[in-house]
Amino acid sequence: MKIAVCVKQVPDAAVTKRIDPATKRLDRSGEAALNPVDANAVEEALRIRDASGEGEVVVVSLGPEKALDALRKALAMGADRAVLVSDDAAAGSDLVATSYALARALERESADLVLFGQQASDGDGALLWAAVAERLRRPMISQAAELTFENGSVTGKRQTEFGYDVIRASLPAVVAVADSINEPRYPSLKGIMGAKKKPQDVVTLSELGIEPDRAGSAGSRTEVLALSAPPPRGDTRKIEDDGSGAEKILEFLAEKRLVQ
Amino acid sequence: MTTLVFLEHHEGELQKGSLGVLGKAAGLGHPVSGIILGSGVEGLAADAGRYGAATVYVADDPRLEAPLPQPRVDALAQLVEEKGIETVLFAQSILSADIAAALAARLDAGLNWQLVDLEEQDGVLVGKQSALGDSVLVDVGWTSTPRLGLFRAGVFDPVETGAAGTLERLDVRFEEHSLLAEMLEQAHEETSGPSIEDASVIVAGGRGLGAPEGFGMVEELAKALGGAVGATRAVVDAGWYPYASQVGQTGKNVSPALYVACGISGAIQHKVGMQGSKVIVAINKDPNAPIFEFADLGVVGDVSQIVPKLTELVRARSS
Amino acid sequence: MSRAASRVRPSDYPPPFSPAEVIAAPTDPSGERIEVGLLVVGAGPAGLACAIRFGQLLEESPETAERLGDVPVAVVEKGAKPGSHLLSGAVVNPRGLRRLFKGRLTMNDLPTFGEVHGEAVYMLTKSTSIRVPPPPTMRNHGNYVASLAQLGRFLAEQAEESGAAILPETDAQKLLVADGRVQGIRTGDKGRGRDGQKLPNFESGSDIVARITVLAEGTQGHLTGAAISHFGLEGAHPQLWALGVKEVWKVPKPLGHIVHTLGWPLRKPARYGEFGGSFIYPMGADLVSLGFVAGLEYRDVEFSVHDVLQQFKTHRIVRKILRDGERVAWGAKTITEGGYHALPKRFNAPGMLLVGEGAGLVNVPALKGIHYGVESGILAAETAFRALQRGESPSRPGALDGYDEALRSSWVTKELHAVRNMRQVFDKGFFVGGALASAMTVTKGKLPPREFSSEPNARHALMKTDRAKSYPAPDGKLTFDKLSSVFLSGNRTRDDQPNHIRLERHVPRELAELWVNMCPARVYELGDADGDGTVTVELSPSNCVQCGAITAKGGRLTPPEGGSGPEYTLA
Repeated sequence: MKIAVCVKQVPDAAVTKRIDPATKRLDRSGEAALNPVDANAVEEALRIRDASGEGEVVVVSLGPEKALDALRKALAMGADRAVLVSDDAAAGSDLVATSYALARALERESADLVLFGQQASDGDGALLWAAVAERLRRPMISQAAELTFENGSVTGKRQTEFGYDVIRASLPAVVAVADSINEPRYPSLKGIMGAKKKPQDVVTLSELGIEPDRAGSAGSRTEVLALSAPPPRGDTRKIEDDGSGAEKILEFLAEKRLVQ
Repeated sequence: MTTLVFLEHHEGELQKGSLGVLGKAAGLGHPVSGIILGSGVEGLAADAGRYGAATVYVADDPRLEAPLPQPRVDALAQLVEEKGIETVLFAQSILSADIAAALAARLDAGLNWQLVDLEEQDGVLVGKQSALGDSVLVDVGWTSTPRLGLFRAGVFDPVETGAAGTLERLDVRFEEHSLLAEMLEQAHEETSGPSIEDASVIVAGGRGLGAPEGFGMVEELAKALGGAVGATRAVVDAGWYPYASQVGQTGKNVSPALYVACGISGAIQHKVGMQGSKVIVAINKDPNAPIFEFADLGVVGDVSQIVPKLTELVRARSS
Repeated sequence: MSRAASRVRPSDYPPPFSPAEVIAAPTDPSGERIEVGLLVVGAGPAGLACAIRFGQLLEESPETAERLGDVPVAVVEKGAKPGSHLLSGAVVNPRGLRRLFKGRLTMNDLPTFGEVHGEAVYMLTKSTSIRVPPPPTMRNHGNYVASLAQLGRFLAEQAEESGAAILPETDAQKLLVADGRVQGIRTGDKGRGRDGQKLPNFESGSDIVARITVLAEGTQGHLTGAAISHFGLEGAHPQLWALGVKEVWKVPKPLGHIVHTLGWPLRKPARYGEFGGSFIYPMGADLVSLGFVAGLEYRDVEFSVHDVLQQFKTHRIVRKILRDGERVAWGAKTITEGGYHALPKRFNAPGMLLVGEGAGLVNVPALKGIHYGVESGILAAETAFRALQRGESPSRPGALDGYDEALRSSWVTKELHAVRNMRQVFDKGFFVGGALASAMTVTKGKLPPREFSSEPNARHALMKTDRAKSYPAPDGKLTFDKLSSVFLSGNRTRDDQPNHIRLERHVPRELAELWVNMCPARVYELGDADGDGTVTVELSPSNCVQCGAITAKGGRLTPPEGGSGPEYTLA
């Protein structure tokens, strides 16, 4: 089975994130790391490949050249090949433009299964993958916490607000995995050292046949207008318990309609 | 400006979040329609009207019975194109997020998410997006129509207008790929309580509980409020509660509607895991505990007195 | 001020640890060992300079490169990335770097904040500051302000370009020694739980075997200490350390020159053993790096360098510099300060070379060591290269003595020798050589001489005063508590891994208090009294920023799981 895993390099969670007031976008100039739940997606792909004894795991990403670091981590874990779509013209792409570029890159791979991590820690909103699935015109399963395969289909168990669902989709399919699906492996030293030697392609948008008006800000349909401080949390109230503390809390909860 | 609101439903009821968005949209002053998709759902149209929809589109089809996203994308795309709808709004849920994103791709339409408000500024629609762990508010816009907006869960309360909406039935033409996913089992309740990430109420305990036994009362209060139990790193390290419940920088990130912090000091390593909670109540006997700086209601007192009493009061109220 | 002296000494309660544990023979089957040519332990300035220089030499000698196999040079680094565990002031003497990059790069190509533009030294009291005129021996002209973390990242990129394999998130747990020679290292396991049990994603450590192993671990090097012990390389006097805690602030008003201070908040009387001072360096137009350094020979259990730094910031002249600013980084690290007298008697053993701060190469009065690290790294690379030529055997006894000869006759040793007795004459500070003489003049010689002590830091008897009363309560704007500081260091150490700190857990209360206050990251807390005059020390090892202070004061830091610890970017 050929599995493509879409990964993203995001600002390192250890470093305080900030929005650059000049560009009004997330300041990505500092340290970056592989998006945590993408490591779960890579791990799942590796397990699927290893369980079947054959197949290929390709990691795909869209970003600046330094995103190769995130791809190398996936290669160090055991992925076979990496593809980075890197192009200055892609800067400022919103969901519409990014999903378009990624879908074109994935079409080239013709994978049986495309995996994403459900969420990006940089505020992606857990949405990119569904847009890509739609562009590829393939069925999708979100929030997968467990995956099994039969001939020609993938079945995913996932948690929703109401309980858990079991969904089956015909392959090729697009699946977003939740971080509860597995515990990603640590890359072995041999893996880290061997990662550099694995094939890493860097492609531009024009090599993917993407027209300039579908990339970057030109290809986007949303814009950032302004930044401001959020409204303050609201007044904090602090009271001493004089024996009626519990009652006061209940009153407060009732006021906020958090109890019947 | 024609606006359509996707109305999610579950077990015969329209979801509060969707109705809230409907009310918000209606409040902007332009005619708003709602769309209900499913099987045997026509009866819900009346509610949609009552909560602000001037028109209620209903697509009733067995292929829409399971709450899967892709058939719904077909319905929405079809309606948007047929009626020239300019704005489509969603209330955040697992299903809605999938639909909104896929619809954005289908229509090449801009999607702004994590919205906490929506305004019209000089005839232009501007969304207010809460970003970076609620530390910054971003004004976002759309550069073309249709515009898609995904609101954070629970930002708006439904507003009953008492009006009746006009019902319009919709026949959906499904794409081939939209029918390639099948729901085999749906919405099975887990035997244990909600997992901490999905819970809308979390009652959490820290070292101020004094001893591991303190978690007994935390669990009781959580049960009474229908919520999950959380724990700080310090007590998990000390073995009082399992790692799966740890909230904080090296544990889980949660943003429930209510977070009750019992005996928790509120050091930043914990704060970053729960500061997005809508309402925070803190009980701690140390008046200088940092948590009082950001709790909506802080009670300086003895957790072992207050928590069991509160549990009793909550139970009494709901019976 | 109440004062109670006790006879409790940290060294009376040694940790459950023996350097012999760190030495082992290879255990992996030979097919599974990772083989490299030159192995460097530590991606700091010394280790990376060594890797870069070695790569330059291999460039000119492809036959040597070929003989070294698939991986001619590898650098292992326990931090998440090179730079994550690097912390310094820093004002860097460019001498070593210029030599390293001669003909390839100039200082302008390196990430620095430019040359030093003037400096000032102040003697502080609580409310005043006396400017001490800069002495003729002031050496910061021509030096560069830099973030060592940033510099480290840059040097790592250079090392990679010169052909080195950089292996981050890799801790060196054991030094592999067999047949009387160093054969490499064993890396640590990953994925163990708090009780040492194997978690589902457990990954065993590996033996990395090399022709030559260069230990560039910096302060409190884990393998370095064990190697010095095993091969009998101890110097004439025991090694000593100071602890530095620093912050980086974003400030609206640029600070044009570098500043050093002496005096307050440290206490003058020699019985307290409080020696040290502060630095405040501009990093470009909008950042300031400031820190406080104090020798770990202090006696008072309530002494806390972190809190002294917070106290220091409340001084009028510091408030002024930080006005309307915002704290953006924090970190802590020990500094090797034994100087010339504590240098190991040999810097090599069969198959092994010692470079940088780990080898004691720090000029304490000037608080400079980065250029020594770079220079020693270069010399080590050159010796290693010669020893790996056809016909040579690097593990033959004496094969690497050329390094010792080169180092001993280099300007590094000359400079260290010149300041070797400064500890005797220095009253308060580290930094300013002859400026101290000026200071002594200003105060009419009242500053007492620093007691020349050959006592290890842990052997000083403790006392307790109420020093903690003078520490400011954290206000979250100018002064900060330890926990929020640890957060700012980017420390996200996995909670449920085995405790990496070796410590005697049941100790007299004063000793426990010493550790609680000493640790800048709040790793130690007072537990219950044990009823026999001792208390239990509780630990939160995941707070640890691996500064190394505990090793100097009675415990032993060992490397936790690779990738743990702080992630310094501006330190």
